[in-house]
Amino acid sequence: MPAKKTEKEKTEKKAIKVTKTPKIAVTKEKKSTVKKESKEKAEKKETIVEKKEKQIKEPEFFEMYTHKKVGAIKFGLLSPKIIQKMSAAKIVTPELYDREGYPVDGGLMDIRMGVIDPGLRCKTCGSKLKECLGHFGYIELARPVTHINFVGEILDLLRSTCRSCNRILIPEEVIKKHLGELDDIEKEFGVLARRSRIKEIIKKTKTVNKCPHCKARQQKVSIEKPITYVENEKKLTPIEIRTRLEKILDEDIEIFGFNPASARPEWMVLTILGIPPVTIRPSITLESGERSEDDLTHKLGDIVRINQRLFENINAGAPEIIIEDLWDLLQYHITTFFNNSVAQLPPARHRSGQPLKTLAGRIKSKEGRIRHNLAGRRTNFSARSAISPDPSLELNEVGVPFKIAMHLTVPERVTKWNVDYLKEFVKKGPEVYPGANYVITPAGKKKKITDETKEEILEELSLYYQVERHLIDGDVAIFNRQPSLHRMSMMCHKIKVLPNRTFRMNPCVAAPYNADYDGDEMNLHIPQTEEARAEAKILMQVQTQLISPRYGLSIMGAIQGAVTGNYILSKKLKLKREDAIQMLYSIGVYDVSRLSNKQELCGRDLYSTILPENFNFTGKSKEGDQVKIKNGYVIQGTIDSKTIGGGGSGVMLRSLHKKYGADKTVDMIAKIFRLGLETLLRHGFTTAISDTDLLPEISEKVEKTIQESEKEVQELIQQYYEKKLEVFPGKTMKETLELKILEKLNKSRNIVGELVIASMNKNVPIIIMANSGARGNIINIAQMTACVGQQAMRGKRIDKGFNARTLSCFKRNDLSPEAHGFIRNSFKTGLAPHEFFFAAMTGRDSLMDTALRTPKSGYLYRRLSNALQDLKVEYDETVRDATNNIIQFIYGEDGIDVSKSENSKINVKRIIEHI
Amino acid sequence: MDKIIKKYKDLLPESILIDIEENLPKGVSSAKLTKIMEAVYLEYIESKVDPGESVGLIAAESVGEPGTQMTLNTFHFAGVAEMNVTMGLPRIVEILDARKTIKTPMMEIYLKSPYNKGKDIKKIAWSIKETKLKELISEFAISVADQTVEIKINTKLIKEMDIKLDDIKGLIKASKKITNCLVKQKENLITLKSKEDGAMKKLYEIKENIKEVVVQGIKGIEQVLPVKRGNEFVIISAGSNLKKVLALKYVDESRTTSNDIFEVSSILGIEAARQSIINEISKVIESQGLNIDIRHITLIADTMCFTGNVKGVTRYGVVKEKTSILARASFETPIKHICNAGITGELDTLNSVIENVMLNQPVPVGTGLPDLVTKVRK
Repeated sequence: MPAKKTEKEKTEKKAIKVTKTPKIAVTKEKKSTVKKESKEKAEKKETIVEKKEKQIKEPEFFEMYTHKKVGAIKFGLLSPKIIQKMSAAKIVTPELYDREGYPVDGGLMDIRMGVIDPGLRCKTCGSKLKECLGHFGYIELARPVTHINFVGEILDLLRSTCRSCNRILIPEEVIKKHLGELDDIEKEFGVLARRSRIKEIIKKTKTVNKCPHCKARQQKVSIEKPITYVENEKKLTPIEIRTRLEKILDEDIEIFGFNPASARPEWMVLTILGIPPVTIRPSITLESGERSEDDLTHKLGDIVRINQRLFENINAGAPEIIIEDLWDLLQYHITTFFNNSVAQLPPARHRSGQPLKTLAGRIKSKEGRIRHNLAGRRTNFSARSAISPDPSLELNEVGVPFKIAMHLTVPERVTKWNVDYLKEFVKKGPEVYPGANYVITPAGKKKKITDETKEEILEELSLYYQVERHLIDGDVAIFNRQPSLHRMSMMCHKIKVLPNRTFRMNPCVAAPYNADYDGDEMNLHIPQTEEARAEAKILMQVQTQLISPRYGLSIMGAIQGAVTGNYILSKKLKLKREDAIQMLYSIGVYDVSRLSNKQELCGRDLYSTILPENFNFTGKSKEGDQVKIKNGYVIQGTIDSKTIGGGGSGVMLRSLHKKYGADKTVDMIAKIFRLGLETLLRHGFTTAISDTDLLPEISEKVEKTIQESEKEVQELIQQYYEKKLEVFPGKTMKETLELKILEKLNKSRNIVGELVIASMNKNVPIIIMANSGARGNIINIAQMTACVGQQAMRGKRIDKGFNARTLSCFKRNDLSPEAHGFIRNSFKTGLAPHEFFFAAMTGRDSLMDTALRTPKSGYLYRRLSNALQDLKVEYDETVRDATNNIIQFIYGEDGIDVSKSENSKINVKRIIEHI
Repeated sequence: MDKIIKKYKDLLPESILIDIEENLPKGVSSAKLTKIMEAVYLEYIESKVDPGESVGLIAAESVGEPGTQMTLNTFHFAGVAEMNVTMGLPRIVEILDARKTIKTPMMEIYLKSPYNKGKDIKKIAWSIKETKLKELISEFAISVADQTVEIKINTKLIKEMDIKLDDIKGLIKASKKITNCLVKQKENLITLKSKEDGAMKKLYEIKENIKEVVVQGIKGIEQVLPVKRGNEFVIISAGSNLKKVLALKYVDESRTTSNDIFEVSSILGIEAARQSIINEISKVIESQGLNIDIRHITLIADTMCFTGNVKGVTRYGVVKEKTSILARASFETPIKHICNAGITGELDTLNSVIENVMLNQPVPVGTGLPDLVTKVRK
């Protein structure tokens, strides 16, 4: 095949052709030509690749950078002639192996179609296993068979062409007109518009019952699913169909949207069937030594067997019925060979009953060739491990265990200047840490470094060699957590090799990865080329991803304990200068020159050593007071989640980023984070059940509020019974009542919540956590201390369970709050049995909700990204798709990149203030 | 001063210019203003998107990622209570699918000045609502012996709704479904006598059909709710019929909207449909307390609308429009696409993303976009 193709290659113009696989058929006649159909394997066989650049012969030790690029792929149907031409073998027997277990000549495992056994050589190309891609074969069908994937097209053709003269049922002049029109449409609106116009034209011809050319009367052709055509109650055999299709003129075909050069209609009725190479349907040898054949081989075996029988019967002059039966059977086998999930056809099955996976099944769906193997990729040089947090790492570092660092490698090229440096790695070998595992010679050979080969390799190591050395601190890596919904789900980190077995990361980057440490695992990839490393460093490093392209604010910031720590520090802490310096040193701040000289410092003063000296900022804290920073000194206010928090809430971080750039900002975030933790470490922070204690008078008040609202609800119910309730328009009285009760009860919990918060000491740890924005909110606290409140399902009170009641401990038709999911106890006091049950109901409901939502939103995301993936900004600022259609004249109507904006705007106010 | 700002008219987008004007301190010197304008311009240039930026994918990520955080529930409407509107993920899916019939069509009907003050608001609302006779009937009586159906009209209700009894009679007579009977009316009692003899079935048919007689209002408007918004009254309706509602004399055509995108598109045009996609998505996102930049939403709306028709983000819509066979095949129904391509002898020129991923070649976005223009010496 290679030889022949090369000639063709030259004649072909620039574009590359990939001929996909074969289905198909040959005519006895001579029409030849091309074409194809859809099969996957084709991909391998394909193809004539055009070289964009000529290969230049260089001395062997230069890597040869020949740049080949596929410029285009042409699709078409395979003609019987082509199938025969590209085939290496004609298959005539269903047997696979002879008694010795050697593939039979002319059988389905014929070694002219490629080899799958080590040791054998392909008879066609002479190469060994893995070198030979395989070659197609063919079988001659005893009788033609229609191709299942073109059933619709064949029907259209039969219906719209004359049964006696085989012209399309459109008068001559109109054909010309249509052809011109179609070309115009294609030019102006594209292939799609052409296709829909074709549909219209074809539709019209279906009602014509007199041929405009030969005036013959037309018969109605219908289809009996799945593949039988009926004309005038008489079955049309594939032979008849094929004869008709053969006679259709090339000009007429174009109206049907066929391109006569790539697809003649008669090729859709197979006379010759292409047999895919053995290499795409390898058999597996089981432990017992038995061979288990691929699904495709099974199916092909059926086809060959029936085909042989059909031949024999025809030759023996068997009765027509027997022949017809066999013919139908052949049709069935060939149909299921292409597609084993045709409606109305029972799928072909294994002996075990599980359906065979034939050609269509191999291509489609998530596990099919396209989505699984072509659009999806696997990589080498990657690792996976559990993660754990380590705030002493910088944001853009990742801690990698020694074990992993010694398996993953970076290829480094030997130059004049680094030979000695690289030899050090080779000397250490694969077992000692900063060592090397392989050496690649200029000829591209990979040599493993072992104690035996070490000396030799050291000797020969010279220019143009590459050493695959172990990871060392500072190498770049791409760190990823699935699901990768974001571009921030894959960021570039610098490696820090550490003991133990988990990947370590700064907790600040948990937010963009959406990771926690309850057993989450993450992946690490090591880019292997300079281009890859450069792109990773410049485009993917953590610094470059600080600002979310979703809303233009900082996603990484202090979280949890770090927020609490900063809150405590800036709010109330006083400390001695020595202690302050001690703290600063321990978080990695060594320049304390900007720290005030006072002996007694307050917590706020410490920030001056972290913030740049010309930094000014005014904002609000979570509790509502002003935060003022002047020249890098925090003069007023508390630092909390509103200033330094992650997930878009830390406004100060956005200002810092704008003014000082990404590199300085990550550094400051890490320092602020560690400062928070250091504060907690020195100051101490703990929470206890007693945090949720209420003063007796407050408990009383809470009790009273709840009772009051219960009473009000009783009144509402009373009104309802008396039908005095004012009805909301469009609602029934019952619905109105429910809405009102729900509103009332929700309100009462909020009142209780406020009551509790107002009464509690601001220094209680849980309050500190809520107020600083580190964790929890007023409602959580109210639920713990005072009252859990109404449980709502689907926006309504709980109303399910037994006949006219929720649980059997209530009376029927009880409308009271307590019988419909109102929980008056707090989590601390503990729930009553029925209350617990209600809480469990809503809990289960929300669990279900999440479980149902995930696949839905996943599909939505897949559709969106498939639809939008080609859109890009062009050099003229327009947004265009792959076909160069303009989607937007200027991106987002103002051309601003969200990740460079401040919450989607340019902060004009700040600019004005600064001038 | 205006002169200085004017100079930047073509350089800065309008929204920024407005922002500047709003934030300018009173009486700035022109020197300072020049400086401000320069600084803003500089910042604007710095904030611009880079050519090659894969904005589509970023938009998809930005909308797809928070999808996991949205609720599945239908929420009730932000008004006092009442009226259910599809919200959360199902609503987003509905919009992006470009469904022809949506689960909860809804309109916001704004009224022109004298009518929006609240006087007679209820009457106006009632007159829009599609009222069927069954809502006005307080009692039914069928007499088999007399072959009659008797209905009693709720007089209080019809007064409130401003309907006259005579009209009802007229409507019943005019109804195409009720044939072959005599209609008599006595005060609030309407009697229908069947002319056909002894047909029980016929009587029941009459009874059922009579319930469905439309007394007044606009077809499709199932529910109305006047709401106070700011200092005017707005009517919110369940069910939608833009065409007829816009034709009413007291309706403010410029502000009245429907949440049915197809309806908007067919009545107000594609630009209106685009805006309504943006508004509807934003509404959901806001109600879920999420933060997604409007630019991502506009980009999605634009891809759905740029052909002139609303196309859903599905295999029948936006994805079908793609020229690349492999791109379509990698989405859904690959066999169909490949077979069709074979017949037509299509050529895939590999200029979008996914085909190049399949072939292991650089993709033409981002850093893969630039090409070398230099001529290579031969």
